Amino acid sequence: MDVWISIIISICAASTPLLIAATGELVVERSGVLNLGVEGMMVMGAVAAFSVAQLTGNPYLGAIAAIFVGALFSMLFAFLTLTLVANQVATGLALTILGLGLSGMIGEGFVGQPGIRMENIHIPVLTDLPVVGKLIFGQDLIFYISIALVFGVGWFLFKTHAGLMLRSVGDSHSSAHALGIKVIQIRYLAILFGGACAGLAGAHLSLVYVPQWVEGMTAGRGWIALALVVFASWRPGRVLIGAYLFGAVTIGQFHVQAIGVAIPAQFLTSLPYLATIVVLVLIARNRRLTMINTPASLGQPFVPDR
Amino acid sequence: MCGVGPFAGLEFVGGGYVRAFIQVQMSAQDRSPPIPPIPALLETRNITKIFGELKANDSVDFAIQKGEIHALLGENGAGKSTLVKILFGSLQQTDGSVLWNGESVHVDSPSQAKALGIGMVFQHFSLFEALTVAENIALSFGSDVELADISERARDLSHQYGLPLDPDALVGDLSVGERQRIEIIRCLMQDPALIILDEPTSVLTPQEANTLFETLFRLRDEGRSILYISHRLEEVQRLCSAATIMRHGKVVDACDPREETAGSLASKMVGAEIEGIEHKFAGEVGDVFLELNHLSLPSDHPFAISLKDISLKVHAGEVVGVAGIAGNGQGELFGAVSGEDVQDNPSAVRMCGEDAGAKGISSRRALGAAFIPEERLGHGAVPELPLTDNLLLARHASDKSSFLSLGGLSVIARGAINSATKKVVEAMDVRKSAENPPAGALSGGNLQKFIMGRELDREPKLLVVNQPTWGVDAGAAANIRQALIDLAANGSAVLVISQDLDEIFEVASSIAVMADGRLTQPVPASELTREQIGLMMAGTDLGSGAAA
Repeated sequence: MDVWISIIISICAASTPLLIAATGELVVERSGVLNLGVEGMMVMGAVAAFSVAQLTGNPYLGAIAAIFVGALFSMLFAFLTLTLVANQVATGLALTILGLGLSGMIGEGFVGQPGIRMENIHIPVLTDLPVVGKLIFGQDLIFYISIALVFGVGWFLFKTHAGLMLRSVGDSHSSAHALGIKVIQIRYLAILFGGACAGLAGAHLSLVYVPQWVEGMTAGRGWIALALVVFASWRPGRVLIGAYLFGAVTIGQFHVQAIGVAIPAQFLTSLPYLATIVVLVLIARNRRLTMINTPASLGQPFVPDR
Repeated sequence: MCGVGPFAGLEFVGGGYVRAFIQVQMSAQDRSPPIPPIPALLETRNITKIFGELKANDSVDFAIQKGEIHALLGENGAGKSTLVKILFGSLQQTDGSVLWNGESVHVDSPSQAKALGIGMVFQHFSLFEALTVAENIALSFGSDVELADISERARDLSHQYGLPLDPDALVGDLSVGERQRIEIIRCLMQDPALIILDEPTSVLTPQEANTLFETLFRLRDEGRSILYISHRLEEVQRLCSAATIMRHGKVVDACDPREETAGSLASKMVGAEIEGIEHKFAGEVGDVFLELNHLSLPSDHPFAISLKDISLKVHAGEVVGVAGIAGNGQGELFGAVSGEDVQDNPSAVRMCGEDAGAKGISSRRALGAAFIPEERLGHGAVPELPLTDNLLLARHASDKSSFLSLGGLSVIARGAINSATKKVVEAMDVRKSAENPPAGALSGGNLQKFIMGRELDREPKLLVVNQPTWGVDAGAAANIRQALIDLAANGSAVLVISQDLDEIFEVASSIAVMADGRLTQPVPASELTREQIGLMMAGTDLGSGAAA
């Protein structure tokens, strides 16, 4: 039984960074902006979290620093694409390349140093409950934030007026502008939120999942988060399913490799990507639902009609 | 700053004159004592808007009094839309000022206009297709209003004004007519002092339009003012107690439309007499060019209308009109005939003597058919692309030999396309601001003339057109309708789907009516009255009896 609990907890750890980054990007894309810089913001968050935790000895300060750095980095993207109306795809790619290079430079001195792990929370009595104790009451703080985040975003987007305005901007920015909705301001805030999420996702990687710093340690998770958003047809619930599926297959293939099944390791390593995409494509079969949820003005620059 | 133009005396004296003029008109009608010194609800002075080298508005002065329905008349491109956008804050004037209740205001944004009490119903709707009706309306309100309350109020208001709406329906699933209802209800929910309506009746049935007029009179009696933009002069005469007429960006006249005739108003608008439509039907018809055999099409989503067992023959030399209230399957019928929805049964749709049901759009066009959809922007034309590219996109398959060269390489023959575009522009009198502007830069009427000309230029054997003159001004609409009749007179078959009964009666030699996805048999137009069509719209098939 304990084996299964520990497997499930490791699945949670593998899924959490994807879930946070994808939830942030979902909000960005729902506002009609395509930010391909998730990988770059995430890796900047990871290096910020690791170095601040190293220097202060406090992983929570590290996580806060990561959120701040991710948000700051996203503002560079927002300024270029919203204020200067640069191409979103090119700017996003540049942000990823810049983030990977810059984080490598900042983190050079931290390579190989032991990290500071964010400890799991421990609530007396509850955490000591058999079976569910460690699973529900004994994980790291960022895990709980990720779950709250995905439900919070779902509630925000579909139940609040501000969420409605954000979706309207993503559907037709010119119509939203005609209604007096501040398109640029909403998009700035959405990008800021997405950046903060990507930063926190990076912090989870370098503080919880693998508490150390390795250059380029996000290893494409930012891109998977982006793909998750699209294949989840911009629905938070489906992002949750996709992220956990990816986490489960990642952990599962580790165990299969450990047992020594005669399947090429390369194939097993690629399984999480494959499985996630196949399942989400199947979920997104309903053309009508996908059409309703796709932000129609995604990636289009907005210049007010003057 | 007062322009010294060649027009109508008014400009020599400026805004004050116009205001006084209208007030005199008003008081003469009301038989009330001379002008009280209350300011107009809204007044403009010397409004000028320059786009590049084009003066879209040139020293425009006009005024709307409280509790007045004021018409703004003018051809496409006369500057009405520009003026209205300035009033609503979507555009900023280059020069001049706007007075609200006698005080100078700067309307920087639509939200400021709304705060002042100006509501607007757009001609091109600013709706979000992925959101529900209630969500669309909620976006015009603050965050303190609950969505459930908005649904409730929208439902109540829509029933009160006879414009039924389902607040939970997705806008993407609604027809143009239903979308306009949302715009009107949304505007009314904001309780505005001035309501600007841009071509509001163009998608309504006569009964729906009457209901709207009742609503407008009620709103006027509540003390609200209405700025009414329309090309339908009979409506303007019925509704409005004052009119401002614009031409080429200037105010050329102000009058009381009730003291004018439709003809005199039209000639003030265009600066010349409008030609009447000339019928040339020989009375005899030729081969069947379009045949629908028990065409059924289940709807692919919950809000669409299923087509039910539709049979119809359109012969060479006739114009068949399909009348009906918005959202009764007209869009689906057009999709099935044009090949946007391909049928399983090849003989369900036959064109020019061949089974076409299983063919796609290009193959159907290759048989000699041409299709003009309802929505000009995004469906009939790509707004961002220039006219030449739009011409090629529509005709790349049907005119392959003339527009694409070097055989399999399909290199675009720019010269041939340019000259074909030029020919279309000249034949249809398309007015444009640049040599080859993007389609979206043309006004609605001019773009429709271009799209029409693009298809007519091919001399199609069969033309299917949905809402040919929606939102098009009187002059352009007359041209388009005449072109449809001429096409049939020259031996083609024409199917016109329209919600405008006047138009149907003007162009069609026989009329069928669509109701709830079913189509009645066509009946010769001369044997039908509006009342009979009204009955057919409600689902009573008079076809079998009257056609014999």
